[in-house]
Amino acid sequence: MSAVIEEHHDHHDHKPTGIGRWLFSTNHKDIGTMYLWFSFLMFFIGGTLALVIRAELFEPGLQFVEPEFFNQMTTLHGLIMVFGVIMPAFVGLANWMVPMMIGAPDMALPRMNNWSFWLLPGAFGILIASLIMSIMGMGSAPNFGWTFYAPLSTTYGPASTDYFIFSVHLMGISSIMGSINIIATIMNMRAPGMTYMKMPIFVWTWFITAYLLIAVMPVLAGAVTMMLTDRNFGTSFFNAAGGGDPVMFQHIFWFFGHPEVYIMILPSFGIISEIVPTFARKKIFGYSSMVYATASIAFLSFIVWAHHMFTTGMPVAGELFFMYATMLIAVPTGVKVFNWVSTMWKGSMTFETPMLFAIAFIFLFTIGGFTGLMLCITPADFQYHDTYFVVAHFHYVLVTGAAFGIMAGVYFWLPKWTGNMYDETLGKWHFWTSVISVNVLFFPMHFVGLAGMPRRIPDYSLQFAEFNAMASVGAFAFGFCQLIFLYNVIKTARGKTSVKATGQVWEGAHGLEWTLPSPAPFHSFTTPPQVK
Amino acid sequence: MSTSNHDEYYIPEPSKWPLVGTIALTTTVIGAVNTIHAGELSMILPVGLLLVAYLFFGWFSAVIDESMAGQYNAQVDRSFRIGMLWFIFSEVMFFAAFFGALFYARVFAMEWLGGASNNASTHEYLWPAFEAVWPVLTNPDNSLFVAPEEKMGAWGLPAWNTAVLLTSSVTVTIAHHALRAGHRKPLIIWLAATVALGVIFLILQVEEYAHAYSEMGLTLDSGIYGSTFFMLTGFHGFHVTMGTTMLLVMLIRSMKGHFTADKHFAFEAVAWYWHFVDVVWLGLFIFVYWL
Ligand code: HEM
Ligand SMILES: [Cu+2]
Repeated sequence: MSAVIEEHHDHHDHKPTGIGRWLFSTNHKDIGTMYLWFSFLMFFIGGTLALVIRAELFEPGLQFVEPEFFNQMTTLHGLIMVFGVIMPAFVGLANWMVPMMIGAPDMALPRMNNWSFWLLPGAFGILIASLIMSIMGMGSAPNFGWTFYAPLSTTYGPASTDYFIFSVHLMGISSIMGSINIIATIMNMRAPGMTYMKMPIFVWTWFITAYLLIAVMPVLAGAVTMMLTDRNFGTSFFNAAGGGDPVMFQHIFWFFGHPEVYIMILPSFGIISEIVPTFARKKIFGYSSMVYATASIAFLSFIVWAHHMFTTGMPVAGELFFMYATMLIAVPTGVKVFNWVSTMWKGSMTFETPMLFAIAFIFLFTIGGFTGLMLCITPADFQYHDTYFVVAHFHYVLVTGAAFGIMAGVYFWLPKWTGNMYDETLGKWHFWTSVISVNVLFFPMHFVGLAGMPRRIPDYSLQFAEFNAMASVGAFAFGFCQLIFLYNVIKTARGKTSVKATGQVWEGAHGLEWTLPSPAPFHSFTTPPQVK
Repeated sequence: MSTSNHDEYYIPEPSKWPLVGTIALTTTVIGAVNTIHAGELSMILPVGLLLVAYLFFGWFSAVIDESMAGQYNAQVDRSFRIGMLWFIFSEVMFFAAFFGALFYARVFAMEWLGGASNNASTHEYLWPAFEAVWPVLTNPDNSLFVAPEEKMGAWGLPAWNTAVLLTSSVTVTIAHHALRAGHRKPLIIWLAATVALGVIFLILQVEEYAHAYSEMGLTLDSGIYGSTFFMLTGFHGFHVTMGTTMLLVMLIRSMKGHFTADKHFAFEAVAWYWHFVDVVWLGLFIFVYWL
């Protein structure tokens, strides 16, 4: 049966129905929705694990969990948040927004799109099953940290490590197919007149992120494959007794890992670059410098990986090279922050929830960037490494960076998706409670970190008690504030809010996606719009 | 053929294949781990593999039917091409991880174990007998990893295999030219020759493995030389197997009269894949066998 959509031929209402609509979907919006809900679910699961960690760390001594179980908590918290929350949420946003922003009817390869999504429940089903079995007393879940360094994960890894390895393979296949799809969509589905340098910044950042993904996810697949054979088939890649090297694992892992952290921030940069101009009612300042800065960050991200390994032992030339290369990244990142601030300069600003999150992003991400700069100074990192200072650093860039970007994007686009305005009062409550609690949660970690408190340890010495108690209070507050978010999203999606959204939604909004009605039709653009 | 076909968009119908794919892969990996852990075949694995076979067969059949029915316009064709090219790029990066491991092991790990740079005392106290020479024929700890007796030479079988694969790249190109010129018969002949060369390569490779295992003591668990050797050539051999299978499907389709002089994306995709496998082999020949 042909499904060619002809000109002037309205297929809008041909929505498949029932569970099949989701299981067999070829629709970018439905798949985007599934990605976003999956990510939301994982957010609460990963968050629960974090609260177990913070409950244990509320006061010194061992209260609730065994150290062995604590290790499983930190490991699965990290893995779930990175691979199950941030990455799927970004792919979900790309699914929803990229076709609409470039004037396409859908993604370029819709079936592969659905496959990318459905692999995730498989992968995380396996991973979470190992946690459930651990809770039921049947062996240990992965317990070696989200970075799964050899030999912790090879020689000393529990049996569940092999399931973990294949779960990472499935996630990798999913990410690679997802990014191939995004690249094909952007290269091939742009409306006539939509040249590359007219694309919205969000599309640009995802375009570059997709390249990062196809370049490094296969390397991660290679790393876990070597782990698998080291564990089960007698190879000695990461075993010095056979001529290999455990440090080699770290090089391969971080060759993936550092680009990965940029994979987790570039799309948020894109979201912020859409929101700030809208609410400042000005064009983005320095469009082309934004594009070039994103590209330079992506390039540099491939040559800085060993800043995670300063204390591992490297020739001095290596230590210096990776220190200077890492510092260079601050330049394009600074360009971006400068451009956001300049966009706001003399704009007629209003402060709806997306804008509040965007501004918080700019402030708090920048704090994370600065602590990054402290960490990349090799001799200083000898002190900071593996302390809570690092934990503070990456939670500022990931929670108040990546995750705040996602929340800003959800509030920004929710009216477009559902046709209903979200509840602004609740949105503001969500914002203010989150932004306060998140700082109570993570700011004290800087201090205990600088004072030497090691990360990933369930107990600590007494002088760290106050700051840890504070962080734990912040953690529970932050966790429960997210229920406001959940409630607000559900309320909006079910149309329980009073205000209907217009097509343009926001007074200052520009771009193809805002020319469509809200909610956007099932197939975004059935005929290509003309871009001037 | 128009290069741009913008006033008509194509969206495929909903499809069960992605879901089948998920179930197939998840089942396969669970079966694989259970098999490894039990040390004997877990029945989940063959079930998973059968599902994977069903997936490939069913999904590709569906796509071929749609393509033959003329549903795909030029834009869809371009999306497929972009998809295939970047898929091959991701495969390149997969091999890059293992090449990276090989270079790291040779250039850094081995030298450091031998005491280079500031590692003199490591060498002295851990494994003073270890000599940093590639290939590693005495492992740091020979009681844990029994080292191979000799190096796999480059100029016997591997050189022949290089010739075989390079020739096959030429034959597949000739077949492609024939297809483009609309000559069915040479297409089939040269494609058949390519498949045959792929099979010959695989037979020679099996021969080489048998020799390595039975006569040279070169095994997967014989230390870093064996690890890198079998990981790289093994994954390459797996890709040749996939490539040969895909070429065989193309051959069958050509004999059935599929493809036209200007519409034959599947054929081209397989040809690209084959060239990629060939280039990887050149890397292997130089860095694994020769240098
Ligand atoms: C100006 C930019 C940045 C610089 C200079 C920087 C630098 C660093 C350095 C040197 C470390 C290693 C610290 C140590 O282990 O001793 C580190 C860790 C980390 N960074 Fe950044 N970073 C930057 C931005 C980011 C961004 C944007 C993200 C993610 C969105 C990020 C995520 C992480 C993570 C997850 C870790 C910890 C990994 C681990 O050991 O578990 N960083 N950063
Ligand atoms: Cu890094």
